[in-house]
Amino acid sequence: MNQPKKNPPAAVPVMDAEAIRRGLRRIAHEIIERNPRLENVMLAGIPSRGVEIARRIADFIREIENVDTQTGVIDVAMHRDDVGTRPELPVVHASKLPLPLEGRTVIIVDDVFYTGRTVRAAMDAINSFGRPARIQLAVLIDRGHRELPIRPDYVGKNLPTASREQIQVCLQESDNKPDAVWLEK
Amino acid sequence: MSTRWTRKDLLGLREFSADEINFVLETADAFKEVGTREIKKVPALRGKTLVNFFVEPSTRTRTSFELAAFRLSADVINISATTSSLTKGETLKDTARNLEALHADILVLRHSSAGAPQFLANRLKSSVINAGDGAHEHPTQALLDLYTIRERRQKIAGLNVAIIGDILFSRVARSNIFGLRKLGAHVTLVGPSTLVPREFEKLGVEVSYKIEDVLPKADVVNLLRIQHERQRREYFPGIGEYTRLFGLTKQRAKLLKPDCLIMHPGPINRGVEIDSDVADGLQSVILNQVTNGLAVRMAVLYLCGGIST
Repeated sequence: MNQPKKNPPAAVPVMDAEAIRRGLRRIAHEIIERNPRLENVMLAGIPSRGVEIARRIADFIREIENVDTQTGVIDVAMHRDDVGTRPELPVVHASKLPLPLEGRTVIIVDDVFYTGRTVRAAMDAINSFGRPARIQLAVLIDRGHRELPIRPDYVGKNLPTASREQIQVCLQESDNKPDAVWLEK
Repeated sequence: MSTRWTRKDLLGLREFSADEINFVLETADAFKEVGTREIKKVPALRGKTLVNFFVEPSTRTRTSFELAAFRLSADVINISATTSSLTKGETLKDTARNLEALHADILVLRHSSAGAPQFLANRLKSSVINAGDGAHEHPTQALLDLYTIRERRQKIAGLNVAIIGDILFSRVARSNIFGLRKLGAHVTLVGPSTLVPREFEKLGVEVSYKIEDVLPKADVVNLLRIQHERQRREYFPGIGEYTRLFGLTKQRAKLLKPDCLIMHPGPINRGVEIDSDVADGLQSVILNQVTNGLAVRMAVLYLCGGIST
């Protein structure tokens, strides 16, 4: 008997390379607008794609304002609140932030903003390096479903999702595939 | 991102794959960075309890594990042979089961009998970390030695490593041999024939009884302490004779390549296996080993203690 073929989970393209470029360029403009003292701004990417996105935003800021913005890496694995409760352990990376943080604006950069738990962990991690004047948040995609009272300051694209859906982000530098964002139903 | 880590226990490097060893070393890189922060503490093992169970005396290994646990926000209890009920006739297994009944998540065990950590690991749900068992293995010492070599030389494969001294009684030597061989280093053991039996060649290493032949080729020399407390007199005529034949004196150190690393697991006996000037010289990475030991032990506690069982 012929069973109807099960469709593979449908993946809907959400952003292409050009849309990602425009989104990040707009974030760069907004960062410039909101931070008159750009030299105090530092972009801290969460591994692995957040690091690449932070680098690209810094490139746009340089292109637009001719200012070099410092970038850093902020690892969240050892600050997560669910170690020991998940079947697999998150891989830890070394954090690398330009110091000191006192008096600076640290902008946390990540690819997908979801429950807010990763960002909370990133804020804790930043505080172990010092006390920045303020912390802001820039994300490529905001997919909703917050579990903590945290909101982003800069968003590339708002994308309402169902919790069972998954967001796939590909960046040339970190994934070795062309830039794209997909929604998997 | 998630790991391929599946072990709850660290018993020895013999059963580890090269991938697993490299993964511990990479994880240690991340934890070494924590030591440079203003607040040198992360919540990775918050709420977990670690028991340092040292049936054989040790200060530096116990302190290193204790500090590593503190930096991961775990709670620590120290139990030594004299304060434990082992002196009242309780068996090792019963003592350990009592610790588990207190919900100890990680048990760090130093024991004079080879295989004691394995014995407990098979019977307990807690993670068991071997902090040295008899003359069998001392895996965290070997991992920190590997980490230090890799940090200084950017690689381990192809390097010539000489391990010098009391090999027969040394768990540090055994763990180092397993780790170094798996990562592709050439290992040469040097010492008096009574302490370096040819038997070791079966582990894929060379054996030499003449230190002067080995030093000029070495990229790393790892000096082991002559263990008075484990030694019976008949293994060599005396300390003076050992130093004369195998000690890394100022004179002999001149045979070394300028970039050769000098390592020692400590505690060092100045003037016995190593001259004071050599131990404090530019080629010595003995204190880097201590610093790295902390990062490596944080990595091991995170990996073994962090997986859900």
